[in-house]
Amino acid sequence: MSDDRTNSETTRRDLLKVGAAAVAAGALAPGITLIAPAQARNPAEPASAKQRWGLLIDATKCVEGCTKCVTACNEEMGLPDHDRAATDPQYIRIVTVRDPETSYSKQLPVMCQHCENPPCVDVCPTTASFKRADGIVLVDRHRCIGCRYCMMACPYKARSFAHEVSTDQKPHNPRGKGCVESCTLCAHRVDAGRYPACVEICPTGAMLFGDLNDPDSAISRKVKEVSTATIRGDLGTKPGVRYVGL
Amino acid sequence: MAADKIRIVYRTLDTKASGYWGLLAAFGLLALIGAGAAYTMEHAGHWITGMNNHIVWGTPHVFAVFLIVAASGALNVASVSSVFGRDMYKPLARLSGLLALCLLAGGLAALLLDLGRPDRLLVTMTNINPTSIFSWNVILYSGFFAIVTFYLWTMMDRSVGRFYKPAAMSAFIWRLILTTGTGSIFGFLVVREAYDAAIMAPLFIAMSLAFGKAIFMLVMLAAYTWTNRPLGTVVLTRLQRLTGIMVAATAYFLAIQHITGIYAAEHRAYEAWLLTGGTIYTSLFWLVGVGIGIVVPLVLLLHPQMGGNRVAIVGASIAVLVGGLAHIYVIIIGGQAFPMVLFPGMEVSSAVFDGVVAPYAPSLPEVLLGIGGIGVALLLLTMALGALRFLPESLADAVVAPNHVPTATDTSLEDGTDDASPNAVAAPAE
Repeated sequence: MSDDRTNSETTRRDLLKVGAAAVAAGALAPGITLIAPAQARNPAEPASAKQRWGLLIDATKCVEGCTKCVTACNEEMGLPDHDRAATDPQYIRIVTVRDPETSYSKQLPVMCQHCENPPCVDVCPTTASFKRADGIVLVDRHRCIGCRYCMMACPYKARSFAHEVSTDQKPHNPRGKGCVESCTLCAHRVDAGRYPACVEICPTGAMLFGDLNDPDSAISRKVKEVSTATIRGDLGTKPGVRYVGL
Repeated sequence: MAADKIRIVYRTLDTKASGYWGLLAAFGLLALIGAGAAYTMEHAGHWITGMNNHIVWGTPHVFAVFLIVAASGALNVASVSSVFGRDMYKPLARLSGLLALCLLAGGLAALLLDLGRPDRLLVTMTNINPTSIFSWNVILYSGFFAIVTFYLWTMMDRSVGRFYKPAAMSAFIWRLILTTGTGSIFGFLVVREAYDAAIMAPLFIAMSLAFGKAIFMLVMLAAYTWTNRPLGTVVLTRLQRLTGIMVAATAYFLAIQHITGIYAAEHRAYEAWLLTGGTIYTSLFWLVGVGIGIVVPLVLLLHPQMGGNRVAIVGASIAVLVGGLAHIYVIIIGGQAFPMVLFPGMEVSSAVFDGVVAPYAPSLPEVLLGIGGIGVALLLLTMALGALRFLPESLADAVVAPNHVPTATDTSLEDGTDDASPNAVAAPAE
């Protein structure tokens, strides 16, 4: 249903662009979406600091009007759509950035940036917001008291508050009313050796997921090759999400 | 000399009077309405309020922060008497301490009942995060209750009177740290254009002194007028002038905060939006916050011809409180409404309010929860005044300032408990 909505909002030309880009991405970088980022982690083992999971988003490949990553995220995480934009949960959003000097504009997805120095973790009064050893920033739904201080502190507006009772929840993403939530980098998938849902669905291969600590990973090689940047890098949060073409 | 010693007799409110029970009923009703609002919000979820993913702290937080800040300031009357040796205020110290406790309780009630999961409050005690200012505040608020309660105990029980001075000093220092902590909740938020300023801490301290004294004067006037107890002009006028100075201090810190913002290019857009943007926040800031909250009280509190004028004092106190609520509203909600800068120098837009002023309108449950917090504070205050001897029987000039003009501080009430007074009632009511 959500896909239908996406398609209805996308022009035929955009679809052609997306399709062409998808074919190109599939031909040029087959390893990006078809090979697992790592072996599945034994559920009995804790996350390891040997990995630093990261995401590289190529804004130049993000196709105007495409919201497939948002839709995939909503489906994967069981996020409802009550048609209330202000209170509905949103783990990823598409932000259009326009240079007022030149009128050049582009769109890119923004989600939890999985910071190395996450302000949300600093301010959380109950340590419910925490960073895993592998760099993924999560909310412990059993400890969150719903104070929303993390939402005040997040520089990326990446967090949502569960404003209402949620039905049809996914087992891997329990959504208790009154708790704060955000992108988990699909930790449940990553732990199983799979890619995050947004990465998997991206038709242009604009999102590259991998281990930034592994010098041989595709993402590590890519960030060495091309100029990348983080959002509000001046704040010193050291996000795990980097962008090309910012 | 014994002849110079102030004779203070403390008496409870007449708990058999119908007016007393009327007050209890009225404040109890407010508290109940607040509880009902909280239940509604918790049951349905916060989507029924005006709060959302962009304005995450709403009207309950405005009331809560206002009451918490005022609590710290209400204690100032006691501090002035015991830390700064102004004996004229000493008979008011018990009420000052009590009012501080009640205001803090009311503020925390509104704050905690707005949590997404208030049932998990104990988690804040079992999982303390040393880097969280909220965690610090859990300790600061709990400590405030403990220290001020002990401070009151040293005032009311001669057996612990030797701890009076250390308790007074501890309470004074603690409340300064507490308000610093409250201001720093916002001051440390580096990413928000409206905050990210160390001056938030002293600004909150100045506001606390103004709000707390305004509430104190209203409570004192109501208590003495409604119970027909003598209330002299001298101490009232001193409080009036002192409150005026605190309002001026608030104006000073506000001015510095915004002038600094205007000067710094990165904050200029926010300042232009707030001060000249023509939004509801602009009107609240200038008309209610500055006009009613600062200009009107400054005239009513500091004009030479207004000294001791009770109508002026009541009007000014109400104006300080209304203006103060507006300032807190602008700080908390206006600060969140202004779009966060994701990409400096660029224009941003999205389907979820990036690059635009976030929407917010206070909902009824939020307002009622906030008012419920006030109800809790006043209910606790009324109950305590009826149960224990906090209020002096008389605050007539001859009692509190027998040597007034020009050497009001010449009265020789000794430091320590009220043992100095032969008629002092030091023990709690039976």
